[in-house]
Amino acid sequence: MTRKQRRLTIVGGSIAVLAIAAALVLNALRDSIVFFSTPTMVAEKHVKPGQRFRLGGLVQPGSLVRGDNMAVNFQVADGNAHLPVSYKGILPDLFREGQGVVAEGALDASGVFRADTVLAKHDENYMPKDVADALKKQGHWKDEYGVRADGTAKAAGSNAAASRAAQGEQGAVR
Amino acid sequence: MIAEAGHYALVLALGLALIQSSVPILGARWRDLALMNIARSTAVAQLAFVAISFAALVTLHVSSDFSVVNVFENSHSMKPLIYKITGVWGNHEGSMLLWVSILALFGGLVAVFGNNLPISLRAHVLAAQAWIASAFYLFILITSNPFLRIANPPIEGRDLNPVLQDIGLAVHPPLLYLGYVGFSISFSFAAAALIEGRIDAAWARWVRPWTLIAWIFLTLGIAMGSYWAYYELGWGGWWFWDPVENASLMPWLAGTALLHSLVVMEKRNALKVWTILLSILAFSLSLLGTFLVRSGVLTSVHAFASDPTRGVFILLILCIFIGGGFSLFAWRASALKQGGLFAPISREGALVLNNLLLTTACATVFVGTLYPLVLEVLTGDKISVGAPFFNLTFGPLFVPLLLALPFGPELGWKRGDLLGAAQRLMAAGIVGLVAMALIWAWTLGGSTFAPLAIGLAVFVIAGAVSDVAERIALFRVPLPTVARRARGLPRSNWGTMLAHAGVGIALIGIVCETTWNSEYIRSMKSGDVARLAGYELKLDGMVQRQGPNFREMVARFDVTRDGRPIAVMTPSKRNFTTRGATTTEAALLTRGASQLYISLGDVAGDGAVAVRIYHKPFVLLIWFGPVLMALGGLLSLSDRRLRVGAPKPAKALRGLQAAE
Repeated sequence: MTRKQRRLTIVGGSIAVLAIAAALVLNALRDSIVFFSTPTMVAEKHVKPGQRFRLGGLVQPGSLVRGDNMAVNFQVADGNAHLPVSYKGILPDLFREGQGVVAEGALDASGVFRADTVLAKHDENYMPKDVADALKKQGHWKDEYGVRADGTAKAAGSNAAASRAAQGEQGAVR
Repeated sequence: MIAEAGHYALVLALGLALIQSSVPILGARWRDLALMNIARSTAVAQLAFVAISFAALVTLHVSSDFSVVNVFENSHSMKPLIYKITGVWGNHEGSMLLWVSILALFGGLVAVFGNNLPISLRAHVLAAQAWIASAFYLFILITSNPFLRIANPPIEGRDLNPVLQDIGLAVHPPLLYLGYVGFSISFSFAAAALIEGRIDAAWARWVRPWTLIAWIFLTLGIAMGSYWAYYELGWGGWWFWDPVENASLMPWLAGTALLHSLVVMEKRNALKVWTILLSILAFSLSLLGTFLVRSGVLTSVHAFASDPTRGVFILLILCIFIGGGFSLFAWRASALKQGGLFAPISREGALVLNNLLLTTACATVFVGTLYPLVLEVLTGDKISVGAPFFNLTFGPLFVPLLLALPFGPELGWKRGDLLGAAQRLMAAGIVGLVAMALIWAWTLGGSTFAPLAIGLAVFVIAGAVSDVAERIALFRVPLPTVARRARGLPRSNWGTMLAHAGVGIALIGIVCETTWNSEYIRSMKSGDVARLAGYELKLDGMVQRQGPNFREMVARFDVTRDGRPIAVMTPSKRNFTTRGATTTEAALLTRGASQLYISLGDVAGDGAVAVRIYHKPFVLLIWFGPVLMALGGLLSLSDRRLRVGAPKPAKALRGLQAAE
């Protein structure tokens, strides 16, 4: 085999593999990506039941109801709108009313968001980045969301340290 | 005083790095031995000063000096000693200091063990290493100084993030950084080769041990991180396709490809340009990983407090080194001479296929990881690309890779005999098919995918073993001859066997865990019994306990099987008072390679506790596989031919290999 033929074989093979990979990627990008929405966006866009997405917002204070067999119902709100969420399972360690949450799932026929995953950060001043961005955009951002608690740091005279308050990890519950 | 000394040592290290990055190159240009040799002394001195700086930070953390911001924010006087030490790199500033310390360590090692390198090559390699070091010293000193003081020192610290207070923090980051940063050596060697415009088989022999060291540590680091996430996050997942995990997987894939292409270059002097490109790529992906994790563009376990200037600075470093690396490549690569010829069906051809599939798989991970970021910047849409994407892209690319894997070592160099290889792999193929049939019959009506995947994995393992069996003529010649041949077989052959078998073993673990994982999620009261996979777990009650810097609620489970008591499991929930944070400590019970896993949820008003129990069959194989791969790498590294600093390869060993 000459050098030219050898190169042709290798280049041809590479192009074939890359083409297959590109097809796989495009196919997967069409089917398996999940969009992020806030309750307001859900209300505006009329998301179809059964379409998976990530819902982010604050857990409406007073809305958490625990049912039998670890069923949980709560409302996710973003200032303009709110959406009922139902979930079955164990909630993350620091899931709390009034704090940020991201849930993944789909709407059912009656307009309830059935979550199969609830993500929350293990930290008391938790605010998922997506939620914070969305709230800022809608003008509902309050500074205390970012700089909650932490008198120690203020006493030490370092507000910068407080606003960079420890970030915890993202855990999820299935 | 200690903080200032540490800071000053870091500044001196920067000064040394600046000298090391310029003077040796001038020396090489003027052919001045003395100037070229400066690289050696500066690399060693740089290591010494960075070590002083790192030791200073450790001392500050151990002595709980809360007048230093970094200690105040991440430590607590009541914290156990081990977490005071590991807390040094459990934050942004400290972890960057660990990063440069390891960079300086690798530079120092090249300086000390690089005796057999041509002097100009060594000068260029160390200079390139110093460019990277200078950039990161500047980054630390300008944006993330760990030695900053507070004007009015507080009495108590804010404690380390509780999730990080685990032995995993002592092991995972250092291993991972040794891997990431180790690829800087391959990068520097590639840059040096491009500057000199000369590259040959000897170059590959010098680079290979360094690449292998980096790869071993990266393999272990990723596996350890995965196991840590598995037991610490409390819901039994071991790989989430989280962008941060992908950031470590990408350099691993590129590094694995590089290891294999270096073999071709060393043996056959071919694939030069491609190997150089992969060396640049592997380190570029390590830098990209550092950027993704440290810049705050992502929220994850690994994203510590971030501020935008850091992100911009790291992005700048990223652009300079990746852009610079590829420009140098584009400018000089054509100067490299073409190497040996080979037919498509040959050992070289098989290794090219390996490289092609690994880099393509790496590219799909790259797309899946960066697409959401790019889309958000361009359109503002927020999307998440999760496991389904990677299962649909990464998975299908690994199937041909695994199918072809056992054929590679069976093919001859230059021109291989596919039919002969297939005949030699007949036994392995039969073993794989039998395994597939047995599992299919055993789990009739279950998943059709699992038996196929396990059959493939068994084929990979059997193929790896039969390759060595063939080489030592097992069952064909008397046992003493076999033993003699086994001793004479180069250790790199044994290494190949272990590493390839490790891939198969990890795959078996992954398939078993995902297919036959069973779970029990329920609210339990004292005295309740949970039944799962033949085990009975009785909740025996809960007690409160006080730890050094936390309070915990411990649940006691009596585990029995067929009425026989087996063990007591004690999962707990810890509450860290300083941060008001709660963590879940899962309890694990290992039975063979399988595990029972219990983690606790909330306690309801009536005293019932939410409990999650998993039975994970063969889950330990997922991590045993990578450990075996790393062991294979280690064996290969101990092969005389590859030993770091070994003199020129002996002719005698070459003769032995010809006997293969």
